[in-house]
Amino acid sequence: MSMFKEFLIKYAEIGLKGNNRYLFENSLCNRIKEVLKPLGDFWVYKEQGRIIVECPDKYDYEETVEALKRVFGISSFCPIVTVDNTDWDSLTKAVGDYVQATYPDLNFTFKVFAKRADKNYPLSSPEICSMMGAYLLNRFPGLKVDVHEPQVSINVEIRSKAYIYSVEIPGPGGMPVGSNGKAMLLLSGGIDSPVAGYMIAKRGVSVDAVYFHAPPYTSERAKQKVIDLAKKISRYAGRMKLFVVNFTDIQLYIYDKCPHDELTIIMRRYMMRIAEHLARQEKCLGLITGESLGQVASQTMQSLAATNEVCTMPVYRPLIAFDKKDIVEIAETIDTYETSIKPFEDCCTIFVAKHPVTKPNVKKIGYSERKLQDRIDEMVKEALETVEVIEIE
Amino acid sequence: MEVYLDNSATTKVTDRVRDIMVKVLYDDYGNPSSMHKMGVIAEKYMRDAAEIIADSLKVEPKEIIFTSGGTEANNLALIGTAMAYQRRGRHIITSGIEHPSVHQPLLFLKGNGYKIDFIPVDKTGKIIKDKLYGAINEETQIVSVMYVNNEIGSVQDIEEIAREIKAIKKDIIFHVDAVQAFGKYRIYPKRMGIDLLSISGHKIHGPKGSGALYISDGVKIKPIVFGGGHQKGLRSGTENVPAIAGLGQAVREIYEDFDRKVNGMYELKQKLIKEISLLDGVVINGLPEECSKDFEMEQIKKTAPHIISVSFEGVRSEVLLHALEEKEIYVSAGSACSSHHPQPSATLTAIGLPKNLMDSTIRISISEMTTEEEIDYTVEQIKSLLPVLRRYTRR
Repeated sequence: MSMFKEFLIKYAEIGLKGNNRYLFENSLCNRIKEVLKPLGDFWVYKEQGRIIVECPDKYDYEETVEALKRVFGISSFCPIVTVDNTDWDSLTKAVGDYVQATYPDLNFTFKVFAKRADKNYPLSSPEICSMMGAYLLNRFPGLKVDVHEPQVSINVEIRSKAYIYSVEIPGPGGMPVGSNGKAMLLLSGGIDSPVAGYMIAKRGVSVDAVYFHAPPYTSERAKQKVIDLAKKISRYAGRMKLFVVNFTDIQLYIYDKCPHDELTIIMRRYMMRIAEHLARQEKCLGLITGESLGQVASQTMQSLAATNEVCTMPVYRPLIAFDKKDIVEIAETIDTYETSIKPFEDCCTIFVAKHPVTKPNVKKIGYSERKLQDRIDEMVKEALETVEVIEIE
Repeated sequence: MEVYLDNSATTKVTDRVRDIMVKVLYDDYGNPSSMHKMGVIAEKYMRDAAEIIADSLKVEPKEIIFTSGGTEANNLALIGTAMAYQRRGRHIITSGIEHPSVHQPLLFLKGNGYKIDFIPVDKTGKIIKDKLYGAINEETQIVSVMYVNNEIGSVQDIEEIAREIKAIKKDIIFHVDAVQAFGKYRIYPKRMGIDLLSISGHKIHGPKGSGALYISDGVKIKPIVFGGGHQKGLRSGTENVPAIAGLGQAVREIYEDFDRKVNGMYELKQKLIKEISLLDGVVINGLPEECSKDFEMEQIKKTAPHIISVSFEGVRSEVLLHALEEKEIYVSAGSACSSHHPQPSATLTAIGLPKNLMDSTIRISISEMTTEEEIDYTVEQIKSLLPVLRRYTRR
């Protein structure tokens, strides 16, 4: 059983939000509750500009820490030991025991920080600091006080109980998911799009995702891979809907009617149209893509201009100026890389031309698309009607 | 209609195999090493299975070692004998179309100072025998040749090879990977001159995780798995009794009414080949050179009864596989070499299949449970899919 009974959650950016602050705090509380729910009966509440998580009698400390590390909006958090009996002898013993358990080599510089919410307590805050420091120096000769740059800051707070903490675990930063609207991620199964989803979610945005499936050209395993990726993103971004669009007919129709070197661009324009349609339906305020400038033919400035033209919603491209290796680094951190590199074809590669256009002319693309007018609206409609929705939790 | 045509990958267990396994799992779950009655009962299942397998091969039960499958049997056979006969020489000969579970252990031995010769095959997938015999020298310790190739169904002249290699060097150990042949051929190692024979359960309607190695009495072999000394110290680890019992039952059944079943498969194979070859741009792989457009049964019978390898010009095998999957027909891609997976199949490379067909080859593998109706349905579906799939390709 862990000695820590509570966690103190610290948040940075949402502290700046003025009158809306409570909204952000509520979002953060809700996200923490959601993440901890499967781990046990935790009690999460706000108190004086901080959030406190009270742990159940039995819980898995490591699992809980890992879960909190994935909650956007947390800048850091501290595991807390509580002491019911606040009389001086009990308190000093508890702090001493805590220090011994947490830093077994007992060789560091420290400073005691005290807060006294219970003003009836017989000692003042500065008195608590100096007396507690003296007690620790006496009990552990290897310790030294350094009031300017202590290696360990030991916090003692006295309310109805006493609270002891010193370890500060870094959180992921960002803003609580749900505090900043929702967006639709175009999720392909590659390395980039999951990272893009993660990055936008980090700014407090809820995420839904759309995947374009092209059986029999893409396999069931390719679809499963995308579901696996969506699950990995949802560990950070919370629950999401994954829309699986059957794109085969549209793709073959474009293949039949349009110049082959424009296939990818025109295909992507229809993906954007369909994604935007689903986004509106789900009350999303934007689209997210993993596009990175110049990475492939369809991600040149000209190509992006051509795909961007078909939607009116803002398109968020958080990776636009990232090098591949930096994207891979994030993918490894959020554990999507191994899944992304599994070798299944996605629908962007199956018919890709040997020499696709790299500088498409928007006018010319529009002209090619007119060749689709006979059946394309009906096909898009059918794709939207037959979309499969998978709830990811 | 669900049509399972991937029987070389694995098969469905029979009802009786399932029943005996359930009985072992639920009722007779003792450890065969236990001294009490439960152990004795469990051991009885193993003895029975060993006896059934031994009978089917006309060998002694004590010459059968149970393994976790074909892969382990091949590993034990090759690494185990190579270790045991190190002093005799460190040269091993094999074919260029062996299964990875033979190829990889041999590469491991190669990395440990053995010399391995990989003998090429002709374009029908048959080992070039003169080259094989010519490769033998005083150092040659083991010759390992697969009976039936898993990708194209070519069959080696095992008996003749055994006779010839032993005429050149008497003490050569001859190993045969019979995973795809067992249950399709009557294999008698003693008469045929086979010293080590690997078999697998799940290719003959037995359970996955079951297999055996026949080790001819007198052949020395060292274990590759160490522990409590089970199975005469050759394969430690509590025996997988449910799987072993299932394997025994499967062997018993596969050789029941054997000729009729094998002939039935040949009939279906011939029919399938005849009808598919009527389509445009189709190449059937692994057939004998003498085989004419009529696909005479005499020629078909020189290949395995259950494996058909077909290349479709201008169609990617993976796409055809998934398109057939949508029709509930399950086959296997002859070679996985999409842009992400640049390893062409060793067998298809070895038979000199042109590069453009490599990625267009599927394997259809039937069992004695396959029906004529299923074959008709499959041909019909392939016929209607080909024009569509050929129209949409990468260009």
